[in-house]
Amino acid sequence: MPTVTFGNRSCELAQGETVLDGLLRHDIPAVHACKTGSCGSCMLRAVSGQVPEVSQIGLKDAWRARGYFLPCVCRPTEDIEIGETAGDIRVAARIASLVPLSGNVLQVRLVLDGPFEFRAGQYLTLIAGDTLARSYSIASIPSDGPLELHVRRMPNGQMSTWLFDDAHEGDAVRIQGPSGECFYVPGRPDQPLLLVGTGTGLAPLYGIVRDALACGHRGPIHLFHGALRPEGLYLVDELNALAAAHSNFTYTPTTDPIERAVAGSIPKLDGYRAFVCGDPAVVQLLKRKIFLAGAAMREIHADAFLPSAA
Amino acid sequence: MEAAVDAFYRKVLSDDTVAHFFDDVDMDRQRAKQKAFLTMAFGGPHNYSGKDMRTAHARLVVNGLNDAHFDAIVGHLGATLAELGVAPDLIQQVAAIAESTRADVLGR
Ligand SMILES: Cc1cc2nc3c(=O)[nH]c(=O)nc-3n(C[C@H](O)[C@H](O)[C@H](O)COP(=O)(O)OP(=O)(O)OC[C@H]3O[C@@H](n4cnc5c(N)ncnc54)[C@H](O)[C@@H]3O)c2cc1C
Ligand code: HEM
Repeated sequence: MPTVTFGNRSCELAQGETVLDGLLRHDIPAVHACKTGSCGSCMLRAVSGQVPEVSQIGLKDAWRARGYFLPCVCRPTEDIEIGETAGDIRVAARIASLVPLSGNVLQVRLVLDGPFEFRAGQYLTLIAGDTLARSYSIASIPSDGPLELHVRRMPNGQMSTWLFDDAHEGDAVRIQGPSGECFYVPGRPDQPLLLVGTGTGLAPLYGIVRDALACGHRGPIHLFHGALRPEGLYLVDELNALAAAHSNFTYTPTTDPIERAVAGSIPKLDGYRAFVCGDPAVVQLLKRKIFLAGAAMREIHADAFLPSAA
Repeated sequence: MEAAVDAFYRKVLSDDTVAHFFDDVDMDRQRAKQKAFLTMAFGGPHNYSGKDMRTAHARLVVNGLNDAHFDAIVGHLGATLAELGVAPDLIQQVAAIAESTRADVLGR
């Protein structure tokens, strides 16, 4: 079985074991979150040994060329030596403010120590301490300055509990990314846009709406935000103000089942571009409904907020 | 091709007799599948053996996949192609290729 060397430690992988699981089994601290090769949190760099191609899917060419790979989906066939990573893929940041947006949603603003390019609507990995990492969507647009995240309190959730109860302004964190294909691309300014999200699924949509408006989008933009209870609806005043200032933008907060709210006001979605974010089950349902209402599949952009693996 | 995939898949998902087979399948994965399906049906290059087709549908057979479902899918395929103006003899060829997978898809 192949051996993985990390600093002055090394471990032999079990049959079929991923590099990440091998490291964790040997109590070697390794940042990780989704464990499915999508969030990118666990990225490491191989300085010797060839990693399988599947463990580099989705990585930028420049990173791939330098040997970066995702250990959570890497089952190597030869020995691998892992080198220093941190500096070039993670950006140091500080918490600039922590402001409740509703009873269970916290706005987290971050100021960064280095450059970080992103498109409104993408997500990043927030890293607190040595190994705690979670994905969060970016709610701000690049011209805003500080990065803005919306974090929902999860009962016993490690990252959300830390942010709600223990974190302070000025605390140091790290971020990595961005990732995700759920963002506005200029070019068809008259196309109707549909944005639908539940809970903190509003975060990326808030960025996308403001980005589209800033890019001069002229077609109708419909934003639906769903929550189980009225307290779950947040940024209501800001979004109403945005709707008042832009005649092509409409905002519909709702506590009804979100797919019904959408179908009730826009039954046909032929020609629409759609953005869908939030709870995975709701995202899957909405994608299907939006498609069946006439939107082309490649016009449906979605981010499901999958819980992280243990 | 893209229009054909969307139109075909929309018909399948709107047909209550077969739609439930696709309930827990992610749309993007499924779309890639539909594309593979059409490529295959048009006799184009594909990477599926009869054994792959058996494996891919085994779970569905356990859940009751039968000839009627198979006929419905082939029917939607034909209707999609007709709507897109594909010539009748080509549609017939496509249907024949789909037909040749029946035993594997239904696990017989
Ligand atoms: C692409 C992406 C974007 C995301 N964007 C955001 C965002 O903008 N805002 C935001 O608040 N979150 C977002 N998330 C979710 C976020 O990454 C964390 O999963 C979430 O904040 C919980 O982390 P935690 O450490 O507080 O809880 P954990 O310690 O991870 O979980 C605590 C417990 O809750 C369970 N659990 C976690 N999530 C769920 C769930 N959704 N449903 C049911 N049980 C669950 C866990 O299994 C565990 O038992 C996103 C996720 C992804 C993949
Ligand atoms: C007419 C002949 C058919 C052909 C050529 C065909 C082809 C395929 C192919 C190529 C795959 C992809 C396997 C993979 O990449 O994982 C697949 C999967 C699938 N097929 Fe078919 N199929 C046929 C009939 C049907 C029928 C009749 C149904 C149900 C009504 C069906 C439902 C599915 C589903 C749900 C999957 C996904 C399974 C999963 O991801 O778990 N197919 N099929």
